[in-house]
Amino acid sequence: MKIAFREIEGKSQGYWGLLAVLAVLAALGVGSALYMEHHGHIVTGMDNQIVWGLPHVFAVFLIVAASGALNVASIATVFGKTLYKPLNRLSGLLAIALLAGGLMVLVLDLGRADRLIVAMTYYNFKSIFAWNVILYNGFFAIVIAYLWTMMDQKGQAWYKAVGTFAFVWRLILTTGTGSIFGFLVAREAYDAALLAPTFIVFSFNYGLAVFLLVLMGFYAGTGRALGDKMVNRMKNLLGVFIAASLYFVFVYHITNLYFTKHHGLEAFILMNGGIHTLLFWVGQIILGYLLPMAILFSPNLGNNRGWIALASLLAILGGLAQMYVTIIGGQAYPIEMFPGYEVSSSFYDGVVHAYSPSGLELMLGLGGVAVALILVAFAVKVLRFLPERLDDEIVSALHGAK
Amino acid sequence: MSEPLRPEDKIENGDRRAFLAATAAVAGTAVAPGVLLYGMAQAKPAEEAVSAKVRWGMLIDTSKCSTGCTDCVTACNTENGLAGKTGPQDSQWIRKVEIKNLQTGAKHSLPMPCQHCEHPPCVDVCPTGASFKRADGIVLVDRHICIGCRYCMMACPYKARSLVHEPLTDQNPEVPRGMGCVEACTFCVQRVDRDETPACVEACDAAGHKAMVFGNLNDPESEIAKTVKTYATTEVRADLNLNTGVRYQGI
Ligand code: SF4
Ligand code: SF4
Repeated sequence: MKIAFREIEGKSQGYWGLLAVLAVLAALGVGSALYMEHHGHIVTGMDNQIVWGLPHVFAVFLIVAASGALNVASIATVFGKTLYKPLNRLSGLLAIALLAGGLMVLVLDLGRADRLIVAMTYYNFKSIFAWNVILYNGFFAIVIAYLWTMMDQKGQAWYKAVGTFAFVWRLILTTGTGSIFGFLVAREAYDAALLAPTFIVFSFNYGLAVFLLVLMGFYAGTGRALGDKMVNRMKNLLGVFIAASLYFVFVYHITNLYFTKHHGLEAFILMNGGIHTLLFWVGQIILGYLLPMAILFSPNLGNNRGWIALASLLAILGGLAQMYVTIIGGQAYPIEMFPGYEVSSSFYDGVVHAYSPSGLELMLGLGGVAVALILVAFAVKVLRFLPERLDDEIVSALHGAK
Repeated sequence: MSEPLRPEDKIENGDRRAFLAATAAVAGTAVAPGVLLYGMAQAKPAEEAVSAKVRWGMLIDTSKCSTGCTDCVTACNTENGLAGKTGPQDSQWIRKVEIKNLQTGAKHSLPMPCQHCEHPPCVDVCPTGASFKRADGIVLVDRHICIGCRYCMMACPYKARSLVHEPLTDQNPEVPRGMGCVEACTFCVQRVDRDETPACVEACDAAGHKAMVFGNLNDPESEIAKTVKTYATTEVRADLNLNTGVRYQGI
């Protein structure tokens, strides 16, 4: 059976209302960045102890989710699951949009955002950060090519090859993102090779949660048919990815607890770290993992669209909490320079560093999310990204066709 | 590749020239990253002024350093045009650290500048190559190339670096700084290149403590090299194998 793709009309009040809200958020984000650029980072909650703040939480989340959003397309192309093939265009689109939003936040948060051109022309190839610049640019190019092979007759011959390449690239990309932290030997929280694979699992989770939410949102908003067969498969998959995330987090902490030198840090995150402990247990574990899993695997709630949407949203919030604990918590815990000594100085040595993000940082982060969503909302209006119908009948036909 | 592209190693008045030369060098090859990689691997710093025969180092004797004395910090601030404020967002290039042994109760006071690592993590992680190590071991930030990503601050095990959080006034023309860029102790490179010692060392001597010795670790006849050879000295976080240029005695 052939799938028909069609642009959404995009004339409704709801559509324009959505765009208007997003545009305001995006403008606020860019405005905050300009304000920061003019006054310096003094107007943020960041300082010389917490050097990466809330914008990084959003940026890294978006970048990790971007690579995960491509998962749906990869399943269709690389693993030959024709069932997902109608969704691979949206998958590619979301991947590009989320990455663009994340990078925007990352760049606008630089001390010298005006020197973007320097970042693009001067490379220190020993730096994992420099590699990431190349990985991100490559990801854009490859996913755009991938979309072309999906959407243009002429590209079809390349579909499988480009799709496979994109799959490999995104695994490397997320490894690179995870390694940004993994290479920081001086900081206990990041001194673990496990971080890179953990980030890959996180990416599956966050990317699919965003995908599911956007998919259900557009189909509900446009009144197109979206059958339970499709949604249920994806929500089960999301449940599995969440469980895998939980497992990796468990192993990470068990490993750290095994090494005596990390006991202080573990106690900080798990027991006495104040906001970080709270965000870890309540935000990441309960709201981000346990609750959505309970919903998704429940025979009743798991079949209800509203509850599935809630579970996806919780997975996303849990992801933001995870990034906060990983990025801010990892910096808040003092660097151990003199083991066995009590340390103090005018530069806040030996004390847990406090951080209270300013509204500017929050607005910059949300601005990135808004830009990503604007890109998606605009693209589905002008190009054929969404299948006209995904009801059970058509999904069954596809499933049979594999 | 061992060194990032660094066409001009003397920082005073070479700053702009370095930037232009680097820009020209890069512009030609930027279109082809593969070529750029090759170009960087081959690029040799011009070493008219700075030679690898020198490794500048600092030895700090904590038994001579007294708690409460901050003469080195004040001298650093004056020399390098820092305001001397100590809020969480203010720059501190050198700080006095008080430590107390949890077992024995022994207390020590010590100044802590950038340790000028031989294998500096800050240089490894810097995406643009703005963080670099001169041939004589001094680790610096080229503030024309620094984009303020702060990855180096994440990587430094000694929290030696600061981001300039606000617009600057009253700069010392010899010590260029800039809002949005990261900075750290330079071993007073402008003084060292005039054959003077860093301001902190001079101040410590002037106060009669003589807790800090500065010199060429590679010169067997220098005071620092002799002392390091004769007495036990410590690197902070020696487990990281960074071979720091700053060493301590008495802890
Ligand atoms: S002490 Fe920190 S800033 Fe100084 S060279 Fe070592 S890593 Fe770099
Ligand atoms: S803040 Fe500047 S010196 Fe530090 S890593 Fe980034 S570009 Fe390099």
